[in-house]
Amino acid sequence: MSVTRAEKPKKTGRNPVDYATAAINADLTKEQKLGFLADMLRIRRFEQASLKLYQQGKMGGFLHLYIGQESVAVGTLALMGENDHAITAYRDHGHALVVGMSMNECMAELLGKATGCSKGKGGSMHFFAPDKNFWGGHGIVAGQTPLGLGIAYALKYQGLKGCCLTYLGDGAVNQGVYHESLNLASLWDIPVVYIIENNQYSMGTSLARSSASKSCLAERAEGYNIDWDIVNGEDLYEVRAKTWDAIERAHEKCRPTVLEIDTYRYYGHSVADANAKKYRKPEEIEFYKQNHDPITLWENRLKEEGILDDAGLKKIDEAAKKEAAAAVQFAEDSPFPEVEDIFSDIYYEVDMGTESGQTGRHFFND
Amino acid sequence: MPVITYRQALNDALAEELERDENVVVMGEEVAEYNGAYKITDGLWKRFGGKRVIDTPISEAGFIGLGVGAAMMGMRPVMELMFWSFAYVAYDQIINNAGCVRYMSGGLINCPLVIRGPANGGTNVGATHSHTPENFLANTPGLKVVSPATPYDAKGLMKSAIRDNDPVCVMENTLLYGDQGEVPEGEYLIPIGVADVKREGTDVSLIAHGRAVLTALAAAHRLHEEFNISAEVVDLRSIRPLDEETVLASVRKTHRAVLVDENKPFCGVSAQIASMIQERAFDDLDAPVQRVCSLDAPAIYSPPLEALQLPTADRIIQKVLAIS
Repeated sequence: MSVTRAEKPKKTGRNPVDYATAAINADLTKEQKLGFLADMLRIRRFEQASLKLYQQGKMGGFLHLYIGQESVAVGTLALMGENDHAITAYRDHGHALVVGMSMNECMAELLGKATGCSKGKGGSMHFFAPDKNFWGGHGIVAGQTPLGLGIAYALKYQGLKGCCLTYLGDGAVNQGVYHESLNLASLWDIPVVYIIENNQYSMGTSLARSSASKSCLAERAEGYNIDWDIVNGEDLYEVRAKTWDAIERAHEKCRPTVLEIDTYRYYGHSVADANAKKYRKPEEIEFYKQNHDPITLWENRLKEEGILDDAGLKKIDEAAKKEAAAAVQFAEDSPFPEVEDIFSDIYYEVDMGTESGQTGRHFFND
Repeated sequence: MPVITYRQALNDALAEELERDENVVVMGEEVAEYNGAYKITDGLWKRFGGKRVIDTPISEAGFIGLGVGAAMMGMRPVMELMFWSFAYVAYDQIINNAGCVRYMSGGLINCPLVIRGPANGGTNVGATHSHTPENFLANTPGLKVVSPATPYDAKGLMKSAIRDNDPVCVMENTLLYGDQGEVPEGEYLIPIGVADVKREGTDVSLIAHGRAVLTALAAAHRLHEEFNISAEVVDLRSIRPLDEETVLASVRKTHRAVLVDENKPFCGVSAQIASMIQERAFDDLDAPVQRVCSLDAPAIYSPPLEALQLPTADRIIQKVLAIS
């Protein structure tokens, strides 16, 4: 079932295979399809609002924007069932919003506020919502790849029919721990789905300059006897159809999959990097925006299907903008954590005041 | 009271916790069908089966990371490192993931993981297999680190580590695995963060952890026999959390302290203890705090020399005599 990049449909016009008719897409309601659009727009408006805050100097550290890649998070995560879980790297805002984290808690986290999803302790790269089966938000490239494996291992151990969607970037495929994870996933029949979001650049180094391969990155799975596929990330229907195949493989056969989803980010690795000034040309970014923007393509698709018009689009977009603006207000109005908060959320036993948390000294300041 | 080995005490602790809680699994290289490279897991695979006791490939980063992920989901994996020296290839998983995930998530996640294995020199396996990283690990808020010196402590601390809801690193010692000691038949736990006075004394406090406790006890015996000096031996048992009060009470009684540490001296565990004593018991001291650590070089292979590189009773006695 795997195809090589050479066989892959070119990024012009409609795919020869129309994944709209795939089983997982055929029964989608109008509301669901519009919901995908709304989620993609929510991610984009959230991040555009966050960029303004960053540029105003209200945020510390890094800001890794997902803009341009929205169809990947929306297309894949919307397929999660009750026992399906997800974990990703540091470009995590989109995933967080799709699994149901609120813009308020996410924006407040960006500003380091006590009302943030991690109480201002994690920042942009570390959003978590275990109650929504979302396990972060991880800062070290590929560091999350064995965690996703462990989550899926636990599901299998507990006898649950589920999987863990484990996201990584195209730069992460060259880290050793990812390969160790692939070996274990195949060896032990673990229901993990590795999703390589290939945005073509590992920080400022292009795919061609960072990864050796015959045809694509997912193909490396072949060496571990793992099923793999490449996916045109700008087509939401294709993302859903191929991800669903992988989820079903995990659910029914307890076997892993590696998916490589082609996508593109418009901003730098983080917004602090040189982006168009050094490692790619502005014309390239503009070309993708004009021809391959996943939101525009989905809008056009829905208009063709007769379920969206300009007025409807405007309404959805206005709602996303309004929600993002309210989140900015919420974040700005929220308090910072207190100094004493530095010492909580380190040890469970200390936080809970258990007997174990009270024997011996845990922290070593005066 | 039955007398068993340190190895058997660990084995009993693992077996009892596997029996008690189905969320406990034991994983590592050669732990199952081979019965453990050092036979700590002897018989567990046969008794509990391949779902609970699992051989891993040689992939420390991969399987420790898997353990962290499983622990986040509520399991209680006990991960064996054949040597703690091998933790260095899994450092990101131990420090960034096990150690930081609770903080990064604002307390939404906890990680009830145990990582265990030997962390010692003295077996002529060269520097790469002889590391004692308890100081590195204890430098990470979020991790707990224990270092049992006796069979009794090994069992009680291992059981507490498995039941603890935070990640605990258990630093064992291949040179202790065959040591025998009294271990009660019934269940008991030793709380993490409680030191133990292994020998009472009045003239000097020898403060140590792990196998260095036994070296200190040997030195204390000779100090008494040969020099009529009464040395107290304090076993930290737990590095983090640290039982400062037991250490301070001893120093306030004896007014002298010699710290014995198989760590290297620079930023080693004993450096922290020395700092704590001078901050909190300065007026009780009649002499500067002394340290006896491993000699500050990579672990040498040559067997007679490696024996001298580790703290010896002779070196401890010299330090004690110098301040007595």
